[in-house]
Amino acid sequence: MSNQNRRSFLKASALSGGGFMLGISFLSNYEAVGKKVVANLPLDFNELNGFVKITADNIIKIMSPNPEGGQGVKTSMPMIVAEELDVDFSKIVIEQADLDTKHFTRQFIGGSQAIHQGWKPLRVAGATAREMLRLAAAKTWNVPLEEISTESGVLYHKKSGKSANYGEMATAAAQIPVPKDVKLKEVKDFKIIGKSKRNVDLEKIVTGKPLFGIDTRTDGMLIAMIVHPPAMGLKFKAVNAANALKMKGIKAVFPIKIFNDDYEKTFFDTNQFNEVVAVVGNSTWEVMQAKKALKIDWQEAETLAEKRNINSRKMTQNIPSGLENSADHTAKFAEMMAKPGNVRRKDGDVEAAFKNAAKVIERTYNAPFLVHNCMEPMNFFAHVTEEKAELLGPLQKPEFTEQALSARLSMPLEKIDIKMTRLGGGFGRRSYAHWMIEAALISQKVKAPVKLIYTREDDMTAGICRPSYSAKYRAALDANNNLIGFHVKAGGMPQSPLSPNRFPAGTIDNYLAEDFTIDTNITVGSYRAPHSNFMAAVEQSFLDEVAESAGKDPIAFRLELLKRAKENPVGKNNDYQPDRFAKVLELVKEKSNWENTKGSKKLGFSAYFCHDSYAAHVLDLEIKDGSPQINKVWCAIDCGIVVNPIAAKNMAEGGIVDAVGASMFAKMSFTKGVPESNNFHNYRMIRHNEAPKAIEIHFVESSEDPTGMGEPAYPPVYAALANALYKATGKRLYNQPFGENI
Amino acid sequence: MAKYNLKINGKTRAVDVDPSTPILWVLRDHLNMPGTKFGCGMAMCGACTVHLDGNAVRSCSMPVSAVGKMAITTIEGLSENAAHPVQKAWLEHDVAQCGYCQGGQIMSAAALLKSNPNPTDEDIDAAMSGNICRCGTYLRIKEAIKTAAKN
Ligand code: FES
Ligand code: FES
Repeated sequence: MSNQNRRSFLKASALSGGGFMLGISFLSNYEAVGKKVVANLPLDFNELNGFVKITADNIIKIMSPNPEGGQGVKTSMPMIVAEELDVDFSKIVIEQADLDTKHFTRQFIGGSQAIHQGWKPLRVAGATAREMLRLAAAKTWNVPLEEISTESGVLYHKKSGKSANYGEMATAAAQIPVPKDVKLKEVKDFKIIGKSKRNVDLEKIVTGKPLFGIDTRTDGMLIAMIVHPPAMGLKFKAVNAANALKMKGIKAVFPIKIFNDDYEKTFFDTNQFNEVVAVVGNSTWEVMQAKKALKIDWQEAETLAEKRNINSRKMTQNIPSGLENSADHTAKFAEMMAKPGNVRRKDGDVEAAFKNAAKVIERTYNAPFLVHNCMEPMNFFAHVTEEKAELLGPLQKPEFTEQALSARLSMPLEKIDIKMTRLGGGFGRRSYAHWMIEAALISQKVKAPVKLIYTREDDMTAGICRPSYSAKYRAALDANNNLIGFHVKAGGMPQSPLSPNRFPAGTIDNYLAEDFTIDTNITVGSYRAPHSNFMAAVEQSFLDEVAESAGKDPIAFRLELLKRAKENPVGKNNDYQPDRFAKVLELVKEKSNWENTKGSKKLGFSAYFCHDSYAAHVLDLEIKDGSPQINKVWCAIDCGIVVNPIAAKNMAEGGIVDAVGASMFAKMSFTKGVPESNNFHNYRMIRHNEAPKAIEIHFVESSEDPTGMGEPAYPPVYAALANALYKATGKRLYNQPFGENI
Repeated sequence: MAKYNLKINGKTRAVDVDPSTPILWVLRDHLNMPGTKFGCGMAMCGACTVHLDGNAVRSCSMPVSAVGKMAITTIEGLSENAAHPVQKAWLEHDVAQCGYCQGGQIMSAAALLKSNPNPTDEDIDAAMSGNICRCGTYLRIKEAIKTAAKN
């Protein structure tokens, strides 16, 4: 067992509370997955490890370590533990773990990694707990361990006819030293993994039970909101709250500073609007009205060289001053595109290849800033006293923000308790939990429990955008239409989107990948499939055009390249497995009946590998009354073993719908630093009538360890849509969102 | 401030709030009924959908003073144990991802089926297009509405 895994096996004392805080009711109900209420609180759990806790009365609780934001981990992670523990899934109780760095590692949402990284530790946790129960039974019954079997939460000694449920052995098992190198099940013996299980919170969701951070309520709790500067590049100067403070229900108005000036930030600390105005009152509506009555002076922020410490790598990020315009961004991209970039990969002699080419294709693609728009606006609950800080709410990366909070409150980590609620969407946005620090500072100042809520407008205009990007592609074809040279130059504001070793690197003798970045004070952050959401869109659109120009079928063209990558790869450092990649192409080709329908239907194809999973789509559309109607999307995915098929399909379907919406409509522009969209009337989201009429998801059968599903289906959709739109309209699309350019 | 006796989910509830307060915040803040969600505050997302005398309305944009004698039904009142056909269909199709929009989706769907028990795809699109789902569960919602219509 690695040291990291070891940490999750530190045995705590037999009693574990968990789940209580300030009487927040929705944290403290014990219902089994099958919905039967199994007990009233409190319960005495025997803790076999961080994941498995069992009472003497046989209530089996599995902790779900990572936050749940719709990706289904609160169902799928316990499924993996339950499989190895050998219990009836419908009878277990599942509880969202608090942030607990002693028992768990990697308690966050991001990069589609929860299942991929959790696979081994979750299985080991279940198997080890089962082994401890078997050891306890062997000892109690005084029989050899090998003769103890289990079935659905019951221990058996078949020879003597003895049996006991897990609860009866739990107290003894908790005393057993943690065994090492416990054997895991064979994939063929899985009973839970691979069988669809309904979202364990679904009944609460459909009956409107409180589950989300925004639903938090405690006695004496006040409501807080913030006002942030109206434009990127502005900062706080002064506030006159005289009128607001006269309004009913309003308790306090004051500025707060999120980070100390000298704080060395890490990756997920934000750099937008370090000082905001807090408004605190009795109820949300009263606070909303008071916000409008404030008179706030803003001033231009200075240029900043911000220091960051990212995994012990010291970096300085330049944040320019000034009020930026989207039109100027376009000009800056063009200027950078004309200059040489940073060479990130070079194979062969690209210059010669282009010089000797029979045909050169060159295309430039652009994409705007985007905002996340999680349906649940940003919010957090905080109760900070001299002794401790209690925090509760929806966030993706509690571990990282905890550090910043500890520094800001000058309070050691032991005194900070972070509990996670269900997230009403994350998509990257809730990785940047500045609002948790804001809530804590407000609570500290008003000396009361506080729930901070952002309005949609606050949320949409607070920064943390998906970066704006541009990429130029060039391809060289010889007289026989072989691809002999390839050149990509990609840049972003302020981050580069390039992954230089991804497909088609490794398939072309002469290959050059360059990138660049442009400083901006528009703040950015991770957005569903960071960077891949752009690179897949443009690379797969470009390859479609190259295939066409070479007179080749777009799928056959890519398969030809993948064959080359398998048989005779260029370079060693290629980020994908060609045969797994080729398989999803073959599968989607078959399922969509590509060969027989590509002549008659308007089909677009696209495929991409990111976040360790392979995805390929065929999209069929027609133009109806001037707008595209997507009749069907076929999707093939290789994500290894599919833990929970019904949920994995849901993720893929949702990713496809979300990406169709983003590529058609999404855009955040700036005029003099002011975000031009601030609510759903001017930031268009995909709606029911615009979604594809049908989606078919096919998984490659696999016994490989599972990889993620939150992101991989998303990036290739943009290009499948662009390529199908080209078939339907005869027009190639180079700028997002497509809806503006059809 | 003004006093109102509101008929909510079959019970009469008294509140004393500013007349401009939207039903949404009366429910969430004053009556501790957080099933009705806040998404946009301007009738653009449907997260806050409730029924007024059986019709779907956006509670974020309707002041409490406009309710009068009309009966309010919220997601909590549709059924407590997911027994309503629409809720059952949602369970059957495992519709939700994050789940935040789903209360509003269900309320819109229930109102649709009440007035149109056998909706076509176009009817569903028309009735449901005011409800945004960022997670993209639209296809499952449509399937669930069809299942509910059958039952
Ligand atoms: S919150 Fe009412 S429609 Fe969005
Ligand atoms: S399920 Fe997440 S917004 Fe609809």
